[in-house]
Amino acid sequence: MAKISLEHLRHSYWPEPRQEAHWALKKMSLEWSDGGAYALLGPSGCGKTTLLNLISGLLRPTEGRILFDGSDITSTTPEQRNIAQVFQFPVIYDTMTVYDNLAFPLRNRAVAEGAVDARVRAVAEMLDLTRALENRASGLTADGKQKISLGRGLVREDVNVIMFDEPLTVIDPHLKWQLRSKLKELHRRIRRTMIYVTHDQTEALTFADQVVVMNDGQIVQIGTPVDLFERPRHTFVGHFIGSPGMNVLPCEIRGGQASFAGLPIETVNAGLYRGAATSFELGVRPEFVNFAPAGIPVDIVRVSDAGRFRIVEVRHRDRSLKLLVPEGQEIPTGASHVRFDPAHTQVYEDGWMVGAGS
Amino acid sequence: MTKTVNNKAWVFVLPVFVMVAFNAIIPLMTVVNFSVQETFGDNVFFWAGVTWFEQVLRSDRFHAALGRQVAFSAIVLAIEIPLGLAIALAMPRKGIGVSICLVLMALPLLIPWNVVGAMWNILALPDIGLLGKAINALGIEYNYTRQPYAAWFTMVLMDVWHWTSLVVLLCYAGLVSIPDAYYQAAKVDGARAWAVFRYIQLPKLRHVLTIAILLRFMDSFMIYTEAVVLTGGGPGNATTFLSIDLVKTALGQFDLGPAAAMSIVYFLIILFLSWLFYTLMMRNVES
Repeated sequence: MAKISLEHLRHSYWPEPRQEAHWALKKMSLEWSDGGAYALLGPSGCGKTTLLNLISGLLRPTEGRILFDGSDITSTTPEQRNIAQVFQFPVIYDTMTVYDNLAFPLRNRAVAEGAVDARVRAVAEMLDLTRALENRASGLTADGKQKISLGRGLVREDVNVIMFDEPLTVIDPHLKWQLRSKLKELHRRIRRTMIYVTHDQTEALTFADQVVVMNDGQIVQIGTPVDLFERPRHTFVGHFIGSPGMNVLPCEIRGGQASFAGLPIETVNAGLYRGAATSFELGVRPEFVNFAPAGIPVDIVRVSDAGRFRIVEVRHRDRSLKLLVPEGQEIPTGASHVRFDPAHTQVYEDGWMVGAGS
Repeated sequence: MTKTVNNKAWVFVLPVFVMVAFNAIIPLMTVVNFSVQETFGDNVFFWAGVTWFEQVLRSDRFHAALGRQVAFSAIVLAIEIPLGLAIALAMPRKGIGVSICLVLMALPLLIPWNVVGAMWNILALPDIGLLGKAINALGIEYNYTRQPYAAWFTMVLMDVWHWTSLVVLLCYAGLVSIPDAYYQAAKVDGARAWAVFRYIQLPKLRHVLTIAILLRFMDSFMIYTEAVVLTGGGPGNATTFLSIDLVKTALGQFDLGPAAAMSIVYFLIILFLSWLFYTLMMRNVES
């Protein structure tokens, strides 16, 4: 088990990176504490797998250092780092039984056969694989195979970190949910540092205590699922997380007061604005937009039913925004007014939340 | 479930069927015809029953040729399969080296078979050939036109040179199709190179290796052109393989009946051994 620190880490797949676009992973520093459950969340191609492979040692960073518990392991092999990794597609050793598959990482490290047996049985127990132990691994279904990959990660008791690279991609939807809760339960039980890479917000938010949102090779926000929902630090996070994503509208700020379409809007952070940015945006999640007797005049464009609530798309002049209306609540017809919840309305300058982190 | 019957499909299958009939089934039937009759030409046939088959199966000459053929295929397979696999494993996976290696590997396969025979014939000549002269210069007496061992050595060397590439290319294709995640997982699991080979590469290569062994077995068992050009079956009968013996019987002695019977026996042996190889190698895949 280990605390993981990344110091000024940067990576490029180009032999000699010249421009900013050559960096798959832009400069970043961060610290993950021992025993935490973390998720790396971002769209495809944002660099999350690159970051994972840097931590596991499958890639060497172009710049920067990686430390486990304060000691520099940047130039060591995955084996020396003593980590475990579960890949997107289940990796199993076809010719071996389930038992031998689980025992493989231990036997490679010349662990005594008695200890191997005890560990393999314990892990099989955790993953409900006990009955399949003597079967050939190649005959299992995709989720069974992925359980074996997972088991090989859990079988060594002393691993520093277990990493998951979109491990549920090939699993059937109804089993996804099962495996996901299994993972969460395992983390609670063994309390080992786990890093989970995914582009699926549900997976990230349910698994992790802390979610690292990445976009275009850089970290956009690190926070708890609640932080990401209530205080997105960047409009990208607002968009990416939540379904539907946050409404982002152009606005103006004058004298600590934000306004949209000529109407003053109460916000959390407009008062913090000190700089001279060029573009301002207003962010408010559909959950915090309500119909009101007075406020911003809008026309209703479309109503779609999403089960426990309805998504209403409205338009103010050429700007469209969405709001969520719970089941049973009346939706006005034709022209109406909406109001933003002041406690959950933020302003952003050049994409970043005003007053955050600076 | 009902099966759709589409009679139009026959229209598309028919041309292939006719082609196969003309180039395989009809010639084979002619051979069967010859194998059970005696003829002196002029399309006059006498019924011979299984006489030719008995004669062939009891002949020492056939046994000797079959023995040489089996020995040749066994030696060639034992060298080419491991060697081809080893070369494929050692080949680079990216960069300019890949194209260079692939072109070099493909070259022997592109040379006409009789040219291969002629090349090695000249190369191995003890007085003017580079190889022959070099071996003799080392103090080893080497003359493939006189020593059976030298003839076999040259023959095997030629076949290895000519056909190992095929095994290499098949194995290489199999190797590059193994997803990276397997190698990464093996690294994380602390597997040594041997374990990676034994538990990842070899199992994943099972199918291509089966194909490689089958192709090399069938081709080496039917070797004719290169062998005829290199040694003509000599010295004596030392390298007279089944195919050479067959041609000698059919065209040299004009014994059409025995030659036809021998062809059929030859064909059945290849068919049976190929089936045996395939079944043995595929036995565990489904379970």
